[in-house]
Amino acid sequence: MNRLLVWFGELTTPARLYRRGLWFLLPAAIWILGLLVIPGLSLVALSFAERGPYGEVVWNFSLENYRRLLGYGLFGWSPDTILILLRSLWVAFVTTLICIVLAYPLAFFIASRPPRTRYLWLALVIIPFWTNLVIRTYAWQMLLAPDFPFARLAQALGLLAPDSGLYPSPLAVYIGMITAFLPFVVLPLFSSVERLDWSLVEAAQDLYASRIRTFFQAIWPQTLPGLTVGIILTFIPAMGMFVIPDLLGGAKYLLVGNLIQQQFYASRDWPYGAAVSLGLMVLTLIGLAIYRRRGKDVDLV
Amino acid sequence: MRLNPLISSVALATLAFLYLPMLAVAVLSFNKTRYGLQWSGFTWDWYVRLFNNPEILEAARNTFVLALVSTLIATVLGTLFAIALERYPWPRRVQGFLENLLYLPVVTPDIIFAVALVVAFGAFRAVSSLFEPGLFTMILGHVTFQIAFVALTVRSRLKSLGRELDEAARDLYASYGYYVRRVLLPLLTPGIVAGAMLAFTLSLDDFVISFFTAGPTSQTLPLLIYASVRRGVTPEIHALSTLIFLVTVLLVLASERLTRR
Repeated sequence: MNRLLVWFGELTTPARLYRRGLWFLLPAAIWILGLLVIPGLSLVALSFAERGPYGEVVWNFSLENYRRLLGYGLFGWSPDTILILLRSLWVAFVTTLICIVLAYPLAFFIASRPPRTRYLWLALVIIPFWTNLVIRTYAWQMLLAPDFPFARLAQALGLLAPDSGLYPSPLAVYIGMITAFLPFVVLPLFSSVERLDWSLVEAAQDLYASRIRTFFQAIWPQTLPGLTVGIILTFIPAMGMFVIPDLLGGAKYLLVGNLIQQQFYASRDWPYGAAVSLGLMVLTLIGLAIYRRRGKDVDLV
Repeated sequence: MRLNPLISSVALATLAFLYLPMLAVAVLSFNKTRYGLQWSGFTWDWYVRLFNNPEILEAARNTFVLALVSTLIATVLGTLFAIALERYPWPRRVQGFLENLLYLPVVTPDIIFAVALVVAFGAFRAVSSLFEPGLFTMILGHVTFQIAFVALTVRSRLKSLGRELDEAARDLYASYGYYVRRVLLPLLTPGIVAGAMLAFTLSLDDFVISFFTAGPTSQTLPLLIYASVRRGVTPEIHALSTLIFLVTVLLVLASERLTRR
């Protein structure tokens, strides 16, 4: 191709532009391809390999890792791994749902502040999100410890055995997850709420719609773009989260992130770890697909 | 807009719920007792000890070196990548591929990202012992996710610039090198600085990728806190966490300032 063109004020040919563009492009592209894309794809090959006696990778083709992922272990079938996968899906789902419920009041509250202080309130939501996750998580460990007021209250109400704490427990995992992901829903939701067309709400009220109906028919559809972003930003990382269940869940409440971590640390079983990682990838994609179908239904209403 | 008082109070309670953990840590960092959660008097002691603890100082040094070096590399690569994406007429399919390459590090779940890096370094180790887990592998890992964030920030700046200044420069016979140095880069500076600050904060904050790529001598502050949570937290860790919190707040506020200008 030798046709001439003017590109940003420069008289040149496509061939020359491409040759120069490659210098800009290649360093980053090679970096991401070499350290993320190709290793990511090689997980597929790795998941069909076997673990050697010393934790090394033996390149024998086998479906063993996928059998284990479905629960067939040395001692016959057990639902443990499947439970872990389903639990991860469930925890991510509940976390996302509660975050949405809590995010609406907060987004409306911030949007109703006068413009001068609005960004201050928004910054107040962003700051915890920038605080290190490990710090926030261990802080919850303390807050839920046996001699802290929360656990004392639960003990007094008879919900908890005397002198025991609220962690490790599923409840602690949910609390940790919700505080970690709430800003991810509030921020995109706020940008939708800020641009809300209030004349539709007034119209609904003029037509004697109930408060609930006003919300679901005049407000909710308008916030869907922000909500979509919020759900994706919460659901995907929540599925693979391992710090929070590790510190707050204890050994009985493992999620898929912990299972992956174990394979690459304690058990040194990379092929099985690769298979579990791919399982997480598939779950993430399934979650997204279900969400998309649901999203379409909502659009039709 | 008038708000139902019930909604306001739910919102304020939620906000308090977000701050409760940090508040508890900050309060306990001034507590005199070493063990337990009972309040027994105010002290600066833990902050003083912090600066005399060689393990913590070493981790702070590692965290800073890691963030600085990886941010420098990622800023250069990310800026170049953004220019390549916005200022070159790639065929449609190449452009689509590059877009995917740009978003992939942002959407991949942390843990899968980390596992991919572990596998990559495992393979590279067969070639060179340079890839033993340590500060070097951590830098490589951090750059991989930082590139995308720098490129996205710089790119939005490039989009908002338009092409008039570029064309004016070329019409006045600026060579390409002169144009990049004297026109494009100065115009992009706010975007590059914002991207670099974002990358720096992300690196300081990262736990998962560091956890999977770190070696025995390259402990960073988040890793140190995690390890000490397993051993049992001391008030020094509360003091450290409070300081990290304050530094992050300052960094975020500073970068907000820079990007708004």
